[in-house]
Amino acid sequence: MSSGSDARSAFRSGVRDVLPALPANVPFGVIAGVATVGAGFDPVQAAAFAGMLFAGAAQVAAVELIGERAPLTVVVLTALVVNLRYLMYSASLGAHFRDLSARWKLVVSFFLLDVTYALSVAKFEGPNAPDPTGEGRWYYLGTAVPLWATWVGSSVVGIVFGARVPSSWQLDFAIPLLFMGLLFPALDDAPSYLAGVVAGLLAIVGVGLPFNVGILVAALGGIVAGVLAEGVGAGSEEVREQS
Amino acid sequence: MTAQPLASQPLATQPLGDTSIWLVVLAASLGTFAIRLSFIALFGRLDEVPSGLERALKYVPAAVLTAIVAPRLVYLDGTLALGADNTRLLAGLLAAVVAWRTESMLWTIVVGMVALWTLEWLPLGV
Repeated sequence: MSSGSDARSAFRSGVRDVLPALPANVPFGVIAGVATVGAGFDPVQAAAFAGMLFAGAAQVAAVELIGERAPLTVVVLTALVVNLRYLMYSASLGAHFRDLSARWKLVVSFFLLDVTYALSVAKFEGPNAPDPTGEGRWYYLGTAVPLWATWVGSSVVGIVFGARVPSSWQLDFAIPLLFMGLLFPALDDAPSYLAGVVAGLLAIVGVGLPFNVGILVAALGGIVAGVLAEGVGAGSEEVREQS
Repeated sequence: MTAQPLASQPLATQPLGDTSIWLVVLAASLGTFAIRLSFIALFGRLDEVPSGLERALKYVPAAVLTAIVAPRLVYLDGTLALGADNTRLLAGLLAAVVAWRTESMLWTIVVGMVALWTLEWLPLGV
């Protein structure tokens, strides 16, 4: 167990490390806020969605589908498929947080985000690693809480000003752009490119599919393509386990 | 899959009810929380992630993100538009190059939006 001052300094150290990652979330939050009120959410619902879901890509995908009058089941399923990647982070962090109390496990899980995950795993596996059940959990919260506050704060800006943005600005085009900004770092080997190409083509062909299941089908198809391509590649060369 | 008769009819004028919106907010948030909690809660009982699952999850971001982006660039008012008159496609391709070279979300958005506005204002007979 750590003392109060150790906890505070670990928290502050997490805050310091996450600061450079905060600005990138501002345009994302604003755009998501604009899109969410644009889909018919009232300000309270939009803010609650941002604060409770705490996952921008899934939120934008969901509200776009709502705007297209997709069935609610498809909206929720699509959001969850977008968030499947958190299974990976949960698995990786789970090893470190194994001995945390049940209550803390709920807290760290709620705040699990790409950046928080990357910073904390680096910290827990680096030199002078803090104990994840002691100071380490405070470091984790130090990286997580500012991200949450930035996300909700910039969402609120988008929610408040969303209704006043003239449609001639075509701000909805910022959505595919922002996903592009997320996409390229995720493309790092041939199977991942193939997963992207297959998913993109399926999504284009699948636009007319009933119940707006296009994105869902395309995403699953892309994942299968990536796995199959990796299987083929593994026969001839060594698979890199890292990255 | 539950029956959703509303989806097959164009009801674009009817906004989604409050209850439905709250349902989506709660279901998506709880489901996402369950995903985040999954292995953090399971560890101790389960020592490692099934390798098949791990391999599949690696491709989630690439597949999901392109599935969202691609249709938004090639469709213009609901019809496939692969020509130069589709300003969103042109601006999107330029932004893709920026995204690929810089991996910066901010620059991708800035260049893409400015490109779109410029293309729309240019007197190209669009």
